Amino acid sequence: MRRWPTAVRYVLLFAGALLFLFPFYYMLIGSLQSSPDTSVGGAFPTSGLTLANYQDINSRVDLLGSLVNSGIFTGGVLLCTVVFGVLAGYALARLHFRGRGTLFVLVLLVQVIPFQLLLIPLYVLIVRGYGLADSYLGMILPFAINTTAVFIFRQFFLQLPDDLFAAARLDGAGELRILWSVALPLVRPALLTAVLLTFIGPWNEFLWPFLVTKQADMQPLAVSLANYISNVSSRAANPFGAILAGACVLAAPAVALFIAFQRQFISTDIGSGVKG
Amino acid sequence: MAAATRTRVAATLGRHPVGMILAAPYAVYLAIVFAYPFGFSIWISFHDYFFAAPGAIVDHPFVGLDNYKAVLTDPAVRESFGNIGVFLIINVPLTTALALVLAVALNRVVHARTFLRVAFYVPYVTASVAVVGVWLFLFNSDGLVNTVLGPLAPDPSWLVNEGLAMPVIALFVTWKQLGFFILLYLAALQNVPKELYESASVDGANGWNKFWSVTVPAVRPATALVVILALITGANLFTEPYLLTGGGGPNGASTSPVLLMYQRGLQQGEPDFAAAIGVLLVIGVLIVAWINRRFIEGRD
Repeated sequence: MRRWPTAVRYVLLFAGALLFLFPFYYMLIGSLQSSPDTSVGGAFPTSGLTLANYQDINSRVDLLGSLVNSGIFTGGVLLCTVVFGVLAGYALARLHFRGRGTLFVLVLLVQVIPFQLLLIPLYVLIVRGYGLADSYLGMILPFAINTTAVFIFRQFFLQLPDDLFAAARLDGAGELRILWSVALPLVRPALLTAVLLTFIGPWNEFLWPFLVTKQADMQPLAVSLANYISNVSSRAANPFGAILAGACVLAAPAVALFIAFQRQFISTDIGSGVKG
Repeated sequence: MAAATRTRVAATLGRHPVGMILAAPYAVYLAIVFAYPFGFSIWISFHDYFFAAPGAIVDHPFVGLDNYKAVLTDPAVRESFGNIGVFLIINVPLTTALALVLAVALNRVVHARTFLRVAFYVPYVTASVAVVGVWLFLFNSDGLVNTVLGPLAPDPSWLVNEGLAMPVIALFVTWKQLGFFILLYLAALQNVPKELYESASVDGANGWNKFWSVTVPAVRPATALVVILALITGANLFTEPYLLTGGGGPNGASTSPVLLMYQRGLQQGEPDFAAAIGVLLVIGVLIVAWINRRFIEGRD
């Protein structure tokens, strides 16, 4: 694109980036204003910032309790994905066993089954059948092992050289030992990528935990904040301020983790994982 | 003897039978959470299914296509499918075009690379519920958007306007998901052979020509993937109409099929009706995906 000067490209990219970031900036500013100021100047306040909205949302939604629920939900999914997903990814990439082909076809099919088809049967089974309403297990179960993560693990184990495994097997190492001390240390970057990608799923998920949890003390923050938005906010003094304060609390952990580990969002890793 | 046994085991269980044990938890998980509910969903859609009191043994008689007939003749369902059509017509082309153009531009960036990528990815990693809060604030009738537009502000305002509610949702989802699709295109761009650009330069192609005759055809498989994933995201639409337009308002103008599945299936207790919506929705997605595949990937 030699005809398209670099400077113009940068100007457009920066304009786009600022446009993309503006809602985040506005979310933070709005959460710090005592009353909503929707004038253009209100987006760039010079004084009068307050933390009152955070106290307000905390008095209506148990922020700490909700964050703990989000944490347990997300942590459970991460644990299952890392333990069972790595085992499955390793087996699919490196081991020849009966049913491997079938399992891999299933993995591919899962990618194309949309969640909405499973919504009703999963609700019937998990909430009505197994009685797991308002429980962490009920929240975690449909997300327990992230299939995209299994894909990424498989892809990375496939890329390791064959000789490595042949040598370890010659030395008499068992498969679990090879996985633990040879393969895993080599795929640590993939592990982090998969963990980050898996994290944003349950942390941000709304629909499923919304269906499963009716008790306020079991709700993850996304659900309690959504309930506040749709039911309670009209009665608050500064509803938008409180909503935006809650939104900042919900967004902060995912955004902070993402920025801290953004290098792990290397396009090729995730691309290869998704493309299989 | 031992060798013979090993060969026989290898023939029936494979060379590494331990693989079955390692993969077993995941296989069981797929069976419980995907395969069984998948079949169950189709079963429910052909039966008279309702929620009974816990422990009660009730009959769920086979009703053939009754649920499907009820779904297809329901005006609310038809409207919701129409709404998703509007959503997809705006969201899918916008997403594909913007993601590709931004990926090509970002791919050549040397300065401020991290800042620019983070800026475009960050909506993707943030919860919908959180950013919906800001969009409500921005697109409120006396929100910043209308303040800036002044006399040009639509009346009724964006989210309570029947003609504008769905386009605003489509715009929201484009903004929210774009980072992920940029990521996919960036991955695809790494695999475009440099020689293609060099030979195009030799032939006297300018930047625009190269984009159309080299980049676009080379990332065609990625485009097919982007379109299908955008389609699935769109078909799954729930949070945005539930929160942004207060439950699919105004007058159902932004109701999505999944929102309807929740309202009819779980709130009003007609899971069989909702299951039929789900099956039809998936069939719809598959048909559109198949057409798109033929269209984008050529005649194979």
